[in-house]
Amino acid sequence: MTDTDMTGTDMTPALAPHAIGRDLARRDGAAKVRGTAFYADESPVENPVYCRIVASTIARGRAVSVDTGEAEGLDGVLAVLTPATAERLASTSDAELAVLQDDRVGFRGQIVGAVVAESFEVARDAAARVRVEYEVAAHDAALSADRDDLYTPDQVNPTYETDTAQGDMAAAMASAPVTLERTYTTPMLHNNPMEPHATTALWEPDRGAGALTLYDSTQGVHPVRSTVAAVLGLDEDQVRVVCPYVGGGFGSKGMPHANTVLAAMAARAVPGRPVRVALTRQQMFSLAGYRTPTIQQVQLAAQRDGALDGIAIDVVEQTSRIKEFAEQTGVPTRNMYAAPNRRTTHRLAALDVPVPSWMRAPGECPGMFGPEVALDELAAELGMDPVELRIRNEPDVDPETGKPFSTRNLVACLRRGAEQFGWPGRDPRPGVRLEGGWWIGTGVASATYPVYRMPVSTAVIGYSGGRYVARIGAADIGTGAWTVLPQIAADALGVPVQEVEVLIGDTEYPPASVAGGSSGTTTWGSALVAAAEQFRGKFGADPHEGDEIEASVPENAASERFAMHAYGAHFAEVAVHADTGEVRVPRLHGTFAAGRIVNPRLARSQLLGGMTMGLGMALMEDSVLDPRTGHVVNHDLAEYHVATNADVADLRADWVHEDDPHVNPMGSKGIGEIGIVGTAAAVANAAWHATGVRVRDLPLTLDKVLPPA
Amino acid sequence: MRPFAYQAPDDTGAAVRSVAERPDAVFLGGGTNLVDHLRLGVVSPGLLVDVTALTSTEITEVGGGLRVGAGVPNSELAADARVRSRYPVLAQALLSGASGQLRNMATTGGNPLQRTRCMYFQDVSTPCNKREPGSGCSAIGGSTRNHAVLGTSEHCIATHPSDMAVAMAALDAQVLVLGPDGERTIPFTELHRLPGDTPERDTVLEHGELITAIDLPELPMARRSRYRKVRDRASYAFALVSVAAALDVDGGVVREARIAFGGVAHAPWRARRAEEALRGATVSDESFAAAAAAELTDARPQPGVDGGNEFKIALLTRTLVATLRDLAREEA
Ligand SMILES: Cc1cc2nc3c(=O)[nH]c(=O)nc-3n(C[C@H](O)[C@H](O)[C@H](O)COP(=O)(O)OP(=O)(O)OC[C@H]3O[C@@H](n4cnc5c(N)ncnc54)[C@H](O)[C@@H]3O)c2cc1C
Ligand code: SF4
Repeated sequence: MTDTDMTGTDMTPALAPHAIGRDLARRDGAAKVRGTAFYADESPVENPVYCRIVASTIARGRAVSVDTGEAEGLDGVLAVLTPATAERLASTSDAELAVLQDDRVGFRGQIVGAVVAESFEVARDAAARVRVEYEVAAHDAALSADRDDLYTPDQVNPTYETDTAQGDMAAAMASAPVTLERTYTTPMLHNNPMEPHATTALWEPDRGAGALTLYDSTQGVHPVRSTVAAVLGLDEDQVRVVCPYVGGGFGSKGMPHANTVLAAMAARAVPGRPVRVALTRQQMFSLAGYRTPTIQQVQLAAQRDGALDGIAIDVVEQTSRIKEFAEQTGVPTRNMYAAPNRRTTHRLAALDVPVPSWMRAPGECPGMFGPEVALDELAAELGMDPVELRIRNEPDVDPETGKPFSTRNLVACLRRGAEQFGWPGRDPRPGVRLEGGWWIGTGVASATYPVYRMPVSTAVIGYSGGRYVARIGAADIGTGAWTVLPQIAADALGVPVQEVEVLIGDTEYPPASVAGGSSGTTTWGSALVAAAEQFRGKFGADPHEGDEIEASVPENAASERFAMHAYGAHFAEVAVHADTGEVRVPRLHGTFAAGRIVNPRLARSQLLGGMTMGLGMALMEDSVLDPRTGHVVNHDLAEYHVATNADVADLRADWVHEDDPHVNPMGSKGIGEIGIVGTAAAVANAAWHATGVRVRDLPLTLDKVLPPA
Repeated sequence: MRPFAYQAPDDTGAAVRSVAERPDAVFLGGGTNLVDHLRLGVVSPGLLVDVTALTSTEITEVGGGLRVGAGVPNSELAADARVRSRYPVLAQALLSGASGQLRNMATTGGNPLQRTRCMYFQDVSTPCNKREPGSGCSAIGGSTRNHAVLGTSEHCIATHPSDMAVAMAALDAQVLVLGPDGERTIPFTELHRLPGDTPERDTVLEHGELITAIDLPELPMARRSRYRKVRDRASYAFALVSVAAALDVDGGVVREARIAFGGVAHAPWRARRAEEALRGATVSDESFAAAAAAELTDARPQPGVDGGNEFKIALLTRTLVATLRDLAREEA
């Protein structure tokens, strides 16, 4: 439950909370439970047809001929698209979206053809009958830290510096009384939202030449619109993108992928008919992005009292040769702990592999694994409590920029989390607690996530029928925007929340940013507050029917003056079976400091969801890429293991009260991603405490802790 | 997935004739494995002959044991009070498999005939000797973590995925089969084959042979039996290794043991060498480990891009020791 002790500054956020902070049920819940909420692949269109992808079975080379004869001969097949026959796109600068524009193959699973048919079944059958002849080129899909072709990207996602250095890390390592140098790895990981990536596309000449409607499962209708319009050579206002509900995205629907472009192309090939494209689960492993595997070399230099002299992380990870995505794995190390000497670097291998992309907390999630386990190792070496070691290295100001923090309550999270979890009095010795045949241990790790505000988002607020109706092209990817945005707008207008409706998920509404970087509530909420203020300023407390005003998210001048982040502390209890090495997590607790919590029910569900995903990352998630073929072998949900109900036992999230007057008028920070960030390290640290075996390579499967026969 | 014809004949004889007549016909049980394979293009039969309504859905007493109709769903077999008290190893094995929804659909006849979960087998874009004889085995040198360590060949290293089958192998169940030439009974331990140079054949069944029932013989020692499944997540995952065991102990000495392994071979692996080693042995972790060692002398682990499966040797040994230790304690 929400704590009452004040851990913020003495200032409070601009907006007085009435609806904000209330435990309201999600507004879209009933429609989802009843099945009346529609998703992209079941969007209400007349007489749809179905498109099925033909995927490359080589990792590099050319699809020199695509024989469509047998497929075209099937009853019900309407069109077969190949690199030779597909329409030419206006822009091919994004190689991931340059669908069927030439015969080159850059990764296994790339689209080399597509069949459109009257039924899903016929399309599937026909796609299997398309014969592709390849000219195979040698491919390279094996990441390692000792490759001689690693390169330095210009920047890392989204626009961070690639390398940073402060002081002299090498000197710190040479002179500090205690040093630690270890390599940690995280595997390739895939987002597995329940709803696959899907698009229904419809060209509507009656709306005007070139008018295209896309029902797309996306984290941002406006970003999809601008991207697709550019690829197809359309004006943005010719394209409408609709997406009221999303069955999970986690970043994988943050940027449009090939399926969206393909749907538009396929629909143009069958004039008058809407076309549905849904990726299969297997196709999602090559066409929808993933988290790069990371190799993290971490160095710590410390005094005997635990004070860090230096901290460094050198990261090696992969991208696709056809398109660069550089995960910002080293970035959290830049400002997490105080240390005068510091180094962070990123090196990439460009491989013949699918294009990596966003996965819940890109950067922070993998990048807090190595350092947070390293701190645990250091604590053990120093004989210090790992909670105290973290507190010992709490910085007064952002160590990277020297700016003050708008609010920083990591210490409060660690202390409160420790209390809630029952940490005090913990026996630090590893491998000494055998209970009912299980080795028991506990572990801690910190979490952080930046406060992002996107530059573009506009809200319209109007008064009609005695209610306030706001419109903004925002997205609810299961996170709760349908519910939370009305809470913010209601407080900004000073009316009960029942009197406010906020319409989202359609480019008919004003432009809004992507639901990414845990920035949605900050960005869209700030636009709504700006619109509400102007509305009241212009129309007063007693508006007339039809009064309406539009306003955009303002820049936040405070972001120049302050470092802004959310923080958290994860605590895990791990049980390792003494005979079989099975690793289970009986308890997980997270305490977070993320500004004002707009809706406790939905926030808790985000935090618990993030922690559950972190549990999967800790114990089982692992995309096994076969370097001989370049494909992820375990590309389905039977073999790519995500945590099931039985894996999740006692799971708790709470937060400290935090008043941050600088982040935005609501005083809120993002909560969608931070829940995953420290989970894996906390679990790995607890597994060490249970067994004495230090696992530095995720996932923490039983073979890594199994004693010999 | 190709279009196919569907038939639901009136009796088992007609079903057998329908399938026997057409090389591209197959029986359809609960469909939880077959329908996946249709979708993936792993198999493309021209005719599905639905047998769920034809074979018995009853569990009946037969000569001190139980006869389980091929149509009995996995969930009902697991819930049957007689099975739970007389063959707990079987109930536990069933409940450790798949999910509640799948167990409601899966049948006693279909379960032992489910095919390997080898990911290359299920991916028609990769070579696989089992799916396409002579095309090569993609698993060897690839992802092998889930693959076999016993009875493998250079042509195939797949495992059999069924949990139920491991218990049935330990229990010496008998498989009742109706074929075009009449009925026959196959010991459960002889139903599944090792891959050899014909990995495309999972079992000794001929085309058109229908499983009509499975007999569980009277076996008093099975009242104290267990199934221990070890897997990467707490539910809804196939076994890395599993052990089905029954133990008859008298005064600290093993009189008889029944042991079968899952997750380590192309067939549920009846561990006769381990059973032999245990007969007359004193109850101790050392003799249990020696029994495991006796069974695993010929084990051949695989290296792999995912770290391989060498860990299965230690894991299986430790799992067997723990399972027998628990059973012996139960006896005492
Ligand atoms: C996600 C997932 C997880 C699973 N996890 C597990 C697990 O952990 N453990 C486990 O043991 N199983 C697991 N299973 C597999 C499940 O147990 C099998 O799919 C099921 O038992 C097969 O039975 P069925 O009746 O559905 O067979 P079907 O799919 O109908 O048929 C399977 C095969 O048997 C043939 N056949 C069916 N009935 C007969 C008959 N009477 N005579 C002759 N041939 C017949 C069919 O032609 C087909 O070749 C899982 C399945 C899935 C999808
Ligand atoms: S192990 Fe067997 S099933 Fe798997 S790829 Fe090799 S031949 Fe095919």
